[in-house]
Amino acid sequence: MSLAATFPARGGAPFKNGAPPRAARTWRNPSALPGFGLSLGFTLFYLSAIVLVPLAALVIRPWELGWSGFWDAVGNARVLHALKLSFGGAAIAAAINSVFGLIVAWVLVRYRFPGKRIVDALVDLPFALPTAVAGIALSALYARNGWLGAPLEAMGIHIAYTPLGVVLALTFIGLPFVVRTLQPILSELSRESEEAAATLGATRFQTMRRVILPMLSPALLTGTAMAFARAVGEYGSVIFIAGNLPGISEIAPLLIIIKLNENDYAGAAAIGVIMLAASFVMLLALNLLQAWASARR
Amino acid sequence: MKVIFRPRGPTRDHPLLRWSLTGIALGFIGLFLVLPLATVFTEALGEGWRAALDAITDPEAQSAIRLTLLAAAIAVPLNALFGIAASWAVAKFDFWGKGFLVTLIDLPFSISPVVSGLIYVLMFGLQGWFGDTLRDHDIKIIFALPGIVLATIFVTFPFVARELIPLMTDQGRDEEEAAVSLGAGGFSTFRRVTLPNIKWGLLYGVLLCNARAMGEFGAVSVVSGHIRGLTDTMPLHIEALYNDYHYSAAFAVATLLALLALVTLALKSLLEWRYADEISAVHHH
Repeated sequence: MSLAATFPARGGAPFKNGAPPRAARTWRNPSALPGFGLSLGFTLFYLSAIVLVPLAALVIRPWELGWSGFWDAVGNARVLHALKLSFGGAAIAAAINSVFGLIVAWVLVRYRFPGKRIVDALVDLPFALPTAVAGIALSALYARNGWLGAPLEAMGIHIAYTPLGVVLALTFIGLPFVVRTLQPILSELSRESEEAAATLGATRFQTMRRVILPMLSPALLTGTAMAFARAVGEYGSVIFIAGNLPGISEIAPLLIIIKLNENDYAGAAAIGVIMLAASFVMLLALNLLQAWASARR
Repeated sequence: MKVIFRPRGPTRDHPLLRWSLTGIALGFIGLFLVLPLATVFTEALGEGWRAALDAITDPEAQSAIRLTLLAAAIAVPLNALFGIAASWAVAKFDFWGKGFLVTLIDLPFSISPVVSGLIYVLMFGLQGWFGDTLRDHDIKIIFALPGIVLATIFVTFPFVARELIPLMTDQGRDEEEAAVSLGAGGFSTFRRVTLPNIKWGLLYGVLLCNARAMGEFGAVSVVSGHIRGLTDTMPLHIEALYNDYHYSAAFAVATLLALLALVTLALKSLLEWRYADEISAVHHH
């Protein structure tokens, strides 16, 4: 008989009446380590001062004009178009990244080729390269007289100063999310199920579509959602190539800045609140997705 | 008998598929990532070395570089300190609402940089919550260094914490409990037991935090006021030069940030490769 069965797990003395007392209803478990009050106190103070209180200032602000003021600020054609472009452009860019991100992740995990380690490191470039630098580089590259812009222009494709330019910049910014979410899942993927599918007569294509892709889909969705979430609020890499023509290539974050420059705080806050609400919805969706993904594994 | 035909394994792709997928992947990375990076360097030298050097040594550029370094020098240590405190509380103790707290710490990552700047204008701007009070006491936060630092702290808020929380949770509490039960105090337990265990993870988080802090554009753009030689950080100075059609000068200053990005990527890869076990398992920032 083990010691643990003879004695209660913690605490020396046997319990009265042979049963352990009900756990005291505290909000934390006791611990032998010091510093709980200090570390949690500082965490909560810093979190409140930097994040929570300023966010509250944003959420409260637009309502000083009442509902009608809020709708006036948000409901006009220019703002609605900017919101549509930010969300729509982010969705298209995320879709592009889900395809190419999957291919890049697959190639990086499954194949071997010279320079693979460098290519793998380069995938993180959009995280590391400041958005303004990416913005002017993309703009120079795809401008009418740019390296890529000129030949595309000759083919009748305009990228700079069009919504296409917005999508291009948002694709740049989102790629690493898909690749980095897929990579660990892909390398953990057991080859046994692939072998089983092959033994049962499936072609390689059938195996990919019916066996591999379903196993990857939670991670693929998560990565795509992260790319979308990042792209919706993106500013720096977009504004240079977009040219910011109102009603054509003007994104929502830029409109916030324009409203602020016009001293229209409530109007800026109204757009800000919509973008914040979208962030919360996506954060919630991402948490649910990740819960689903880890339940499937 | 000589083997002239060796069948592919069932999990290996047909060479044609392998080559075409590798081609697509490398083509996509080349087109979308390498080409823009290369453009920064070629455009910077568009008017020659001298012009590029002049653009970097220009007094306004120098002031922008100093401001960027200063803002990062304040924001990064504060966020590192916060990351250590938060991960100590979350990883070493069990308390109610822990999951929610971790979600809140991650929150700044999912908020648009422009909104991140906007919230401080709504607090400290002229028409903000504390606008009148600040003006009466002649304290400038927006369009000055404090606002730039605040916005930088916000956008880099989760970097160190989200690196350390999974790492310290993984490492558990046994070693610290042993140290404390042997009579070590709180701080010496942290310094001599915890810190050696997390130092590479901490460095990794600080590295990413610093890269973002020095490169942040949207949030800082909202609070800076764009006063040249005074409140322009490096990314803002690049924007100003670019909008004034000083393209080569803009790209010359941009090479400094591009080099920072490359050094960051190299160090990050080195850390991942050399100390894979000592920084947390999953990375996606």
